Amino acid sequence: MQSLGIDVLFKGINFQRLLGGLWVAVRLSLISVSISIVLGTGMGMLMTSKNRLLQFFFRLWLETVRIMPQMVLLFVVYFGTTRVFGWNLEAEAAAIIVFSFWGTAEMGDLVRGALISIPVIQYESARALGMDEKTLYLYVILPQTIRRMLPLSINLITRMIKTTSLVMMIGIVEVLKVAQQIIEANRKSSPNAAFGVFGTVFLLYFLICWPVSRLAARLEKRWAGD
Amino acid sequence: MEKALLTVEHLYKSYGGHTVLDDLSFTVRKGEVIVVIGPSGCGKSTLLRCINALEDIQGGQVLLNGESVRKGAGNIPQMRQKIGMVFQSYDLFPHKTILDNITLAPRKVQKRGKAEAEREAMELLERVGLADRKNDYPRQLSGGQKQRVAIVRALCMHPELLLLDEITAALDPEMVREVLDVVLSLARSGSTMLIVTHEMSFAKAIADRVFFLEQGKIMEESADPKSFFQRPQTARARAFLHTFDYER
Repeated sequence: MQSLGIDVLFKGINFQRLLGGLWVAVRLSLISVSISIVLGTGMGMLMTSKNRLLQFFFRLWLETVRIMPQMVLLFVVYFGTTRVFGWNLEAEAAAIIVFSFWGTAEMGDLVRGALISIPVIQYESARALGMDEKTLYLYVILPQTIRRMLPLSINLITRMIKTTSLVMMIGIVEVLKVAQQIIEANRKSSPNAAFGVFGTVFLLYFLICWPVSRLAARLEKRWAGD
Repeated sequence: MEKALLTVEHLYKSYGGHTVLDDLSFTVRKGEVIVVIGPSGCGKSTLLRCINALEDIQGGQVLLNGESVRKGAGNIPQMRQKIGMVFQSYDLFPHKTILDNITLAPRKVQKRGKAEAEREAMELLERVGLADRKNDYPRQLSGGQKQRVAIVRALCMHPELLLLDEITAALDPEMVREVLDVVLSLARSGSTMLIVTHEMSFAKAIADRVFFLEQGKIMEESADPKSFFQRPQTARARAFLHTFDYER
Protein backbone atom coordinates (compact mmCIF):
# COMPACT_ATOMS: atom_id res chain seq x y z
CA MET A 1 0.00 0.00 0.00
CA GLN A 2 1.10 3.53 -0.70
CA SER A 3 2.23 5.71 2.16
CA LEU A 4 -0.58 7.98 3.40
CA GLY A 5 1.92 10.75 3.90
CA ILE A 6 1.09 11.33 7.51
CA ASP A 7 4.71 10.84 8.58
CA VAL A 8 5.66 14.41 7.59
CA LEU A 9 3.50 15.73 10.40
CA PHE A 10 5.85 14.19 12.91
CA LYS A 11 8.95 15.73 11.38
CA GLY A 12 10.33 18.59 13.44
CA ILE A 13 7.63 20.99 14.60
CA ASN A 14 5.33 20.45 11.65
CA PHE A 15 2.29 19.44 13.67
CA GLN A 16 2.82 22.33 16.07
CA ARG A 17 2.95 24.69 13.08
CA LEU A 18 -0.29 23.25 11.80
CA LEU A 19 -1.95 23.86 15.17
CA GLY A 20 -0.53 27.39 15.16
CA GLY A 21 -2.16 27.92 11.77
CA LEU A 22 -5.41 26.56 13.13
CA TRP A 23 -5.28 29.07 15.97
CA VAL A 24 -4.90 31.89 13.42
CA ALA A 25 -8.09 30.69 11.72
CA VAL A 26 -9.95 30.28 15.00
CA ARG A 27 -8.78 33.66 16.30
CA LEU A 28 -9.90 35.38 13.10
CA SER A 29 -13.33 33.77 13.36
CA LEU A 30 -13.69 34.49 17.08
CA ILE A 31 -12.96 38.19 16.60
CA SER A 32 -15.19 38.48 13.52
CA VAL A 33 -18.01 36.53 15.12
CA SER A 34 -17.90 38.69 18.26
CA ILE A 35 -18.02 41.88 16.23
CA SER A 36 -20.81 40.43 14.06
CA ILE A 37 -22.94 39.47 17.07
CA VAL A 38 -22.74 42.93 18.62
CA LEU A 39 -23.21 44.92 15.40
CA GLY A 40 -25.67 42.38 13.99
CA THR A 41 -27.96 42.66 17.01
CA GLY A 42 -28.10 46.42 16.57
CA MET A 43 -28.61 46.05 12.82
CA GLY A 44 -31.39 43.49 13.33
CA MET A 45 -33.25 45.83 15.64
CA LEU A 46 -32.84 48.70 13.17
CA MET A 47 -34.03 46.45 10.34
CA THR A 48 -37.40 46.05 12.08
CA SER A 49 -37.87 49.83 12.04
CA LYS A 50 -40.47 51.32 9.76
CA ASN A 51 -38.01 53.70 8.14
CA ARG A 52 -38.00 52.84 4.42
CA LEU A 53 -34.57 54.32 3.77
CA LEU A 54 -33.03 52.32 6.61
CA GLN A 55 -34.75 49.15 5.40
CA PHE A 56 -33.50 49.70 1.87
CA PHE A 57 -29.95 50.33 3.07
CA PHE A 58 -29.80 47.12 5.14
CA ARG A 59 -31.47 45.07 2.41
CA LEU A 60 -28.86 46.30 -0.08
CA TRP A 61 -26.05 45.50 2.34
CA LEU A 62 -27.38 42.01 2.99
CA GLU A 63 -27.94 41.20 -0.69
CA THR A 64 -24.49 42.49 -1.61
CA VAL A 65 -22.85 40.26 0.95
CA ARG A 66 -24.90 37.28 -0.10
CA ILE A 67 -24.34 37.66 -3.81
CA MET A 68 -20.68 38.57 -3.73
CA PRO A 69 -18.11 35.80 -3.19
CA GLN A 70 -16.21 36.41 0.05
CA MET A 71 -12.95 36.09 -1.82
CA VAL A 72 -13.76 38.99 -4.12
CA LEU A 73 -14.64 41.05 -1.10
CA LEU A 74 -11.32 40.13 0.49
CA PHE A 75 -9.41 41.15 -2.64
CA VAL A 76 -11.27 44.44 -2.91
CA VAL A 77 -10.59 45.37 0.69
CA TYR A 78 -7.03 44.09 0.90
CA PHE A 79 -5.56 44.87 -2.51
CA GLY A 80 -8.01 47.48 -3.72
CA THR A 81 -7.85 49.92 -0.84
CA THR A 82 -4.07 50.00 -0.79
CA ARG A 83 -3.91 51.59 -4.23
CA VAL A 84 -7.03 53.69 -4.26
CA PHE A 85 -7.15 55.08 -0.71
CA GLY A 86 -3.51 54.55 0.13
CA TRP A 87 -4.48 52.50 3.16
CA ASN A 88 -1.89 50.02 4.28
CA LEU A 89 -4.19 47.48 5.82
CA GLU A 90 -2.74 44.50 7.62
CA ALA A 91 -4.01 41.32 6.01
CA GLU A 92 -5.63 40.24 9.27
CA ALA A 93 -7.38 43.57 9.66
CA ALA A 94 -8.68 43.29 6.10
CA ALA A 95 -9.93 39.77 6.84
CA ILE A 96 -11.67 40.88 10.02
CA ILE A 97 -13.32 43.78 8.20
CA VAL A 98 -14.62 41.51 5.45
CA PHE A 99 -15.81 38.78 7.78
CA SER A 100 -17.49 41.24 10.11
CA PHE A 101 -19.11 43.01 7.16
CA TRP A 102 -20.52 39.67 6.10
CA GLY A 103 -21.33 38.40 9.60
CA THR A 104 -23.06 41.60 10.68
CA ALA A 105 -25.41 41.48 7.70
CA GLU A 106 -26.26 37.80 8.16
CA MET A 107 -26.56 38.14 11.91
CA GLY A 108 -28.72 41.22 11.51
CA ASP A 109 -31.06 39.28 9.28
CA LEU A 110 -31.28 36.48 11.86
CA VAL A 111 -32.06 38.94 14.64
CA ARG A 112 -34.63 40.66 12.46
CA GLY A 113 -36.26 37.35 11.58
CA ALA A 114 -36.38 36.26 15.22
CA LEU A 115 -37.81 39.58 16.36
CA ILE A 116 -40.62 39.68 13.82
CA SER A 117 -41.46 36.03 14.44
CA ILE A 118 -42.56 36.82 17.99
CA PRO A 119 -46.35 37.12 17.78
CA VAL A 120 -47.92 40.48 18.59
CA ILE A 121 -50.03 38.78 21.27
CA GLN A 122 -46.85 38.21 23.30
CA TYR A 123 -46.29 41.95 23.48
CA GLU A 124 -49.94 42.65 24.19
CA SER A 125 -50.43 40.07 26.90
CA ALA A 126 -47.27 41.28 28.66
CA ARG A 127 -48.48 44.87 28.43
CA ALA A 128 -51.91 43.82 29.66
CA LEU A 129 -50.16 42.47 32.76
CA GLY A 130 -48.84 45.95 33.45
CA MET A 131 -45.29 45.44 32.21
CA ASP A 132 -43.41 48.51 31.07
CA GLU A 133 -41.34 48.28 27.88
CA LYS A 134 -38.11 47.40 29.69
CA THR A 135 -39.65 44.52 31.65
CA LEU A 136 -41.45 43.36 28.53
CA TYR A 137 -38.27 43.09 26.47
CA LEU A 138 -36.11 41.75 29.27
CA TYR A 139 -38.34 38.89 30.40
CA VAL A 140 -40.67 38.16 27.50
CA ILE A 141 -39.36 39.21 24.10
CA LEU A 142 -35.56 38.89 24.28
CA PRO A 143 -35.50 35.40 25.86
CA GLN A 144 -37.76 34.16 23.07
CA THR A 145 -35.74 35.97 20.40
CA ILE A 146 -32.48 34.46 21.60
CA ARG A 147 -33.98 30.97 21.65
CA ARG A 148 -35.10 31.32 18.06
CA MET A 149 -31.85 32.85 16.93
CA LEU A 150 -29.16 30.87 18.68
CA PRO A 151 -29.21 27.65 16.64
CA LEU A 152 -29.12 29.62 13.38
CA SER A 153 -26.39 31.95 14.53
CA ILE A 154 -24.26 29.00 15.59
CA ASN A 155 -24.57 27.66 12.06
CA LEU A 156 -23.38 31.04 10.83
CA ILE A 157 -20.38 30.77 13.14
CA THR A 158 -19.36 27.38 11.69
CA ARG A 159 -19.76 28.81 8.20
CA MET A 160 -17.48 31.67 9.13
CA ILE A 161 -14.87 29.32 10.60
CA LYS A 162 -14.84 27.29 7.39
CA THR A 163 -14.64 30.36 5.20
CA THR A 164 -11.54 31.64 6.96
CA SER A 165 -9.67 29.18 4.74
CA LEU A 166 -9.95 31.88 2.04
CA VAL A 167 -7.70 34.31 3.87
CA MET A 168 -4.59 32.47 2.70
CA MET A 169 -5.30 34.16 -0.61
CA ILE A 170 -4.35 37.50 0.89
CA GLY A 171 -1.21 36.10 2.48
CA ILE A 172 -2.36 35.15 5.94
CA VAL A 173 -0.61 32.02 7.10
CA GLU A 174 -3.47 30.05 8.58
CA VAL A 175 -3.89 26.33 8.85
CA LEU A 176 -4.41 25.62 5.15
CA LYS A 177 -1.43 27.73 4.13
CA VAL A 178 0.77 26.02 6.72
CA ALA A 179 -0.36 22.69 5.32
CA GLN A 180 0.63 23.79 1.81
CA GLN A 181 4.03 24.94 3.05
CA ILE A 182 4.65 21.62 4.79
CA ILE A 183 3.67 19.68 1.68
CA GLU A 184 5.88 21.84 -0.56
CA ALA A 185 8.85 21.50 1.75
CA ASN A 186 8.56 17.72 1.77
CA ARG A 187 7.70 17.18 -1.86
CA LYS A 188 10.82 15.08 -2.48
CA SER A 189 10.93 13.02 0.70
CA SER A 190 7.18 12.42 1.09
CA PRO A 191 5.42 12.80 -2.24
CA ASN A 192 2.17 11.56 -0.71
CA ALA A 193 2.11 14.24 1.99
CA ALA A 194 -0.78 16.08 0.32
CA PHE A 195 -3.18 13.36 1.37
CA GLY A 196 -1.99 13.04 4.95
CA VAL A 197 -1.58 16.73 5.63
CA PHE A 198 -4.73 18.02 3.95
CA GLY A 199 -6.59 15.10 5.50
CA THR A 200 -5.37 16.23 8.89
CA VAL A 201 -6.50 19.79 8.17
CA PHE A 202 -9.88 18.40 7.25
CA LEU A 203 -10.01 16.60 10.60
CA LEU A 204 -8.95 19.72 12.48
CA TYR A 205 -11.76 21.77 10.90
CA PHE A 206 -14.11 18.98 11.77
CA LEU A 207 -12.97 18.89 15.38
CA ILE A 208 -13.60 22.63 15.70
CA CYS A 209 -16.93 22.83 13.86
CA TRP A 210 -18.54 19.58 14.90
CA PRO A 211 -18.96 20.41 18.63
CA VAL A 212 -20.30 23.82 17.67
CA SER A 213 -22.86 22.37 15.30
CA ARG A 214 -23.80 19.65 17.82
CA LEU A 215 -24.47 22.40 20.32
CA ALA A 216 -26.79 24.10 17.82
CA ALA A 217 -28.67 20.86 17.24
CA ARG A 218 -29.06 20.28 20.98
CA LEU A 219 -30.34 23.78 21.65
CA GLU A 220 -32.73 23.46 18.74
CA LYS A 221 -34.13 20.25 20.17
CA ARG A 222 -34.34 21.56 23.71
CA TRP A 223 -36.23 24.65 22.66
CA ALA A 224 -38.37 23.01 20.01
CA GLY A 225 -41.92 24.20 20.17
CA ASP A 226 -41.12 27.17 22.36
CA MET B 1 -76.28 53.50 43.81
CA GLU B 2 -72.69 52.37 44.02
CA LYS B 3 -70.07 54.44 42.27
CA ALA B 4 -68.96 53.30 38.85
CA LEU B 5 -65.75 51.28 38.63
CA LEU B 6 -65.44 51.76 34.89
CA THR B 7 -66.81 54.70 32.97
CA VAL B 8 -66.69 54.85 29.19
CA GLU B 9 -67.67 58.25 27.83
CA HIS B 10 -68.32 59.03 24.17
CA LEU B 11 -65.68 56.53 23.10
CA TYR B 12 -64.86 56.93 19.44
CA LYS B 13 -62.44 54.69 17.57
CA SER B 14 -61.63 54.50 13.89
CA TYR B 15 -59.04 52.83 11.70
CA GLY B 16 -58.21 55.02 8.76
CA GLY B 17 -61.59 56.31 7.66
CA HIS B 18 -63.49 53.36 9.07
CA THR B 19 -65.45 53.94 12.27
CA VAL B 20 -65.21 50.96 14.64
CA LEU B 21 -66.65 52.36 17.85
CA ASP B 22 -69.12 55.17 17.50
CA ASP B 23 -69.74 57.34 20.54
CA LEU B 24 -70.04 54.57 23.12
CA SER B 25 -70.98 55.47 26.68
CA PHE B 26 -71.68 53.16 29.60
CA THR B 27 -70.63 52.45 33.15
CA VAL B 28 -69.78 49.26 35.01
CA ARG B 29 -70.26 49.00 38.75
CA LYS B 30 -68.09 46.93 41.02
CA GLY B 31 -69.14 43.28 41.03
CA GLU B 32 -71.10 43.55 37.80
CA VAL B 33 -70.77 41.07 34.96
CA ILE B 34 -71.38 42.61 31.56
CA VAL B 35 -71.60 40.42 28.49
CA VAL B 36 -71.06 42.03 25.11
CA ILE B 37 -72.45 40.19 22.10
CA GLY B 38 -72.81 41.09 18.47
CA PRO B 39 -71.88 40.03 14.95
CA SER B 40 -68.21 39.71 14.08
CA GLY B 41 -66.65 43.01 13.14
CA CYS B 42 -69.07 44.94 15.32
CA GLY B 43 -66.25 46.27 17.50
CA LYS B 44 -66.61 44.01 20.57
CA SER B 45 -62.97 43.06 20.78
CA THR B 46 -61.84 46.56 19.90
CA LEU B 47 -63.93 47.85 22.79
CA LEU B 48 -62.07 45.63 25.26
CA ARG B 49 -58.74 46.56 23.71
CA CYS B 50 -59.55 50.26 24.07
CA ILE B 51 -60.46 49.78 27.72
CA ASN B 52 -57.04 48.24 28.28
CA ALA B 53 -55.39 50.97 26.18
CA LEU B 54 -53.98 48.50 23.66
CA GLU B 55 -55.58 50.72 21.00
CA ASP B 56 -55.43 54.46 20.73
CA ILE B 57 -58.79 56.18 20.59
CA GLN B 58 -59.90 59.13 18.52
CA GLY B 59 -62.42 60.58 20.94
CA GLY B 60 -63.98 60.30 24.36
CA GLN B 61 -62.40 58.70 27.38
CA VAL B 62 -62.12 55.57 29.50
CA LEU B 63 -62.02 56.06 33.26
CA LEU B 64 -61.21 53.47 35.90
CA ASN B 65 -62.14 54.75 39.36
CA GLY B 66 -62.16 58.20 37.78
CA GLU B 67 -58.62 57.86 36.45
CA SER B 68 -58.03 58.11 32.73
CA VAL B 69 -56.82 55.03 30.83
CA ARG B 70 -55.22 56.09 27.58
CA LYS B 71 -52.59 54.51 25.36
CA GLY B 72 -49.26 56.28 25.56
CA ALA B 73 -49.96 57.91 28.93
CA GLY B 74 -47.18 57.57 31.49
CA ASN B 75 -49.34 55.79 34.06
CA ILE B 76 -50.48 53.06 31.69
CA PRO B 77 -48.46 50.20 33.23
CA GLN B 78 -50.00 51.09 36.63
CA MET B 79 -53.51 51.32 35.22
CA ARG B 80 -53.18 48.04 33.34
CA GLN B 81 -52.28 46.24 36.55
CA LYS B 82 -55.81 47.00 37.69
CA ILE B 83 -57.33 45.67 34.47
CA GLY B 84 -56.78 41.99 33.79
CA MET B 85 -57.22 40.72 30.25
CA VAL B 86 -57.44 37.29 28.69
CA PHE B 87 -57.26 36.97 24.92
CA GLN B 88 -58.75 34.62 22.40
CA SER B 89 -55.47 33.19 21.19
CA TYR B 90 -53.21 31.52 23.68
CA ASP B 91 -51.02 34.22 25.05
CA LEU B 92 -48.95 32.37 27.65
CA PHE B 93 -45.21 32.92 27.54
CA PRO B 94 -43.89 29.78 25.78
CA HIS B 95 -40.43 29.91 27.36
CA LYS B 96 -41.71 29.90 30.93
CA THR B 97 -43.28 27.19 33.06
CA ILE B 98 -46.90 27.53 34.12
CA LEU B 99 -45.87 28.73 37.57
CA ASP B 100 -43.40 31.27 36.13
CA ASN B 101 -46.01 32.48 33.66
CA ILE B 102 -48.28 33.32 36.56
CA THR B 103 -45.69 34.81 38.92
CA LEU B 104 -43.64 36.81 36.40
CA ALA B 105 -45.73 39.98 36.50
CA PRO B 106 -46.50 39.85 40.26
CA ARG B 107 -42.77 39.60 40.92
CA LYS B 108 -41.30 41.90 38.29
CA VAL B 109 -44.10 44.46 38.05
CA GLN B 110 -45.58 44.49 41.54
CA LYS B 111 -42.24 43.57 43.16
CA ARG B 112 -43.82 40.91 45.31
CA GLY B 113 -41.71 38.21 46.96
CA LYS B 114 -41.16 34.93 45.12
CA ALA B 115 -42.53 32.74 47.93
CA GLU B 116 -45.65 34.84 48.41
CA ALA B 117 -46.39 35.10 44.67
CA GLU B 118 -45.90 31.37 44.21
CA ARG B 119 -48.12 30.57 47.17
CA GLU B 120 -50.96 32.61 45.70
CA ALA B 121 -50.34 31.18 42.23
CA MET B 122 -50.62 27.68 43.63
CA GLU B 123 -53.86 28.50 45.43
CA LEU B 124 -55.33 29.82 42.20
CA LEU B 125 -54.04 26.87 40.18
CA GLU B 126 -55.66 24.61 42.74
CA ARG B 127 -58.96 26.39 42.17
CA VAL B 128 -58.85 25.73 38.43
CA GLY B 129 -57.62 22.16 38.92
CA LEU B 130 -54.16 22.59 37.44
CA ALA B 131 -51.88 22.59 40.47
CA ASP B 132 -50.10 19.46 39.27
CA ARG B 133 -49.10 21.15 35.99
CA LYS B 134 -47.11 23.95 37.60
CA ASN B 135 -43.75 22.83 36.21
CA ASP B 136 -45.03 22.09 32.72
CA TYR B 137 -44.56 24.37 29.75
CA PRO B 138 -47.54 25.85 27.91
CA ARG B 139 -46.97 23.58 24.89
CA GLN B 140 -47.68 20.56 27.11
CA LEU B 141 -51.17 21.82 27.96
CA SER B 142 -54.43 21.59 26.05
CA GLY B 143 -56.14 24.75 24.84
CA GLY B 144 -58.64 24.72 27.66
CA GLN B 145 -55.91 24.27 30.24
CA LYS B 146 -53.93 27.13 28.73
CA GLN B 147 -56.90 29.45 28.94
CA ARG B 148 -57.45 28.51 32.59
CA VAL B 149 -53.81 29.34 33.27
CA ALA B 150 -54.23 32.63 31.42
CA ILE B 151 -57.17 33.49 33.68
CA VAL B 152 -55.13 32.60 36.76
CA ARG B 153 -52.24 34.71 35.47
CA ALA B 154 -54.54 37.70 35.18
CA LEU B 155 -56.12 37.07 38.60
CA CYS B 156 -52.78 36.85 40.36
CA MET B 157 -52.31 40.58 39.70
CA HIS B 158 -55.48 41.30 41.74
CA PRO B 159 -57.20 43.26 38.98
CA GLU B 160 -60.27 45.30 39.79
CA LEU B 161 -61.74 44.57 36.39
CA LEU B 162 -61.34 41.51 34.18
CA LEU B 163 -61.70 41.70 30.39
CA LEU B 164 -62.34 38.38 28.64
CA ASP B 165 -62.04 38.59 24.88
CA GLU B 166 -63.70 35.54 23.27
CA ILE B 167 -61.63 33.28 25.44
CA THR B 168 -63.33 30.10 24.27
CA ALA B 169 -63.56 30.95 20.57
CA ALA B 170 -60.39 29.07 19.63
CA LEU B 171 -61.14 26.02 21.77
CA ASP B 172 -62.41 22.60 20.81
CA PRO B 173 -66.04 22.31 21.93
CA GLU B 174 -65.33 19.82 24.71
CA MET B 175 -62.90 22.25 26.33
CA VAL B 176 -65.22 25.23 26.37
CA ARG B 177 -67.07 24.04 29.43
CA GLU B 178 -64.02 23.76 31.73
CA VAL B 179 -63.06 27.35 30.96
CA LEU B 180 -66.55 28.78 31.30
CA ASP B 181 -66.99 27.02 34.65
CA VAL B 182 -63.97 28.92 35.94
CA VAL B 183 -65.46 32.21 34.73
CA LEU B 184 -68.79 31.36 36.30
CA SER B 185 -67.17 30.72 39.67
CA LEU B 186 -65.37 34.07 39.38
CA ALA B 187 -68.68 35.79 38.77
CA ARG B 188 -70.14 34.14 41.86
CA SER B 189 -67.22 35.30 43.97
CA GLY B 190 -67.91 38.88 42.96
CA SER B 191 -65.38 39.64 40.22
CA THR B 192 -66.18 42.55 37.96
CA MET B 193 -66.02 41.38 34.38
CA LEU B 194 -66.59 42.55 30.86
CA ILE B 195 -67.00 39.50 28.67
CA VAL B 196 -67.10 39.23 24.90
CA THR B 197 -68.43 35.85 23.86
CA HIS B 198 -70.33 33.86 21.27
CA GLU B 199 -71.56 31.34 23.82
CA MET B 200 -75.15 32.49 24.15
CA SER B 201 -76.31 30.10 26.85
CA PHE B 202 -73.27 31.02 28.89
CA ALA B 203 -74.01 34.70 28.37
CA LYS B 204 -77.56 34.18 29.55
CA ALA B 205 -76.38 32.36 32.67
CA ILE B 206 -73.65 34.74 33.73
CA ALA B 207 -74.64 38.25 32.66
CA ASP B 208 -76.00 40.93 34.97
CA ARG B 209 -76.37 43.08 31.90
CA VAL B 210 -76.09 42.38 28.20
CA PHE B 211 -74.92 44.80 25.54
CA PHE B 212 -75.80 44.05 21.95
CA LEU B 213 -73.21 45.82 19.84
CA GLU B 214 -73.54 46.46 16.13
CA GLN B 215 -71.67 48.85 13.86
CA GLY B 216 -69.84 50.28 16.84
CA LYS B 217 -72.98 51.21 18.75
CA ILE B 218 -74.84 49.62 21.63
CA MET B 219 -78.07 48.81 19.78
CA GLU B 220 -79.72 47.21 22.74
CA GLU B 221 -78.90 46.99 26.41
CA SER B 222 -80.70 44.80 28.89
CA ALA B 223 -80.47 44.37 32.63
CA ASP B 224 -82.60 41.28 32.31
CA PRO B 225 -80.60 38.79 30.23
CA LYS B 226 -83.24 36.06 30.42
CA SER B 227 -85.89 38.14 28.74
CA PHE B 228 -83.35 39.67 26.37
CA PHE B 229 -82.40 36.29 25.01
CA GLN B 230 -86.05 35.27 24.80
CA ARG B 231 -87.51 38.44 23.41
CA PRO B 232 -84.97 40.99 22.25
CA GLN B 233 -86.57 44.38 21.70
CA THR B 234 -84.76 45.42 18.53
CA ALA B 235 -85.12 43.76 15.18
CA ARG B 236 -81.35 43.68 14.76
CA ALA B 237 -80.78 41.79 17.99
CA ARG B 238 -83.56 39.42 17.03
CA ALA B 239 -81.94 38.77 13.69
CA PHE B 240 -78.55 38.23 15.32
CA LEU B 241 -79.84 35.81 17.96
CA HIS B 242 -81.80 33.98 15.32
CA THR B 243 -78.56 32.95 13.59
CA PHE B 244 -77.81 30.78 16.64
CA ASP B 245 -81.06 28.85 16.38
CA TYR B 246 -81.45 25.79 14.28
CA GLU B 247 -84.94 24.93 13.16
CA ARG B 248 -86.21 22.53 10.61
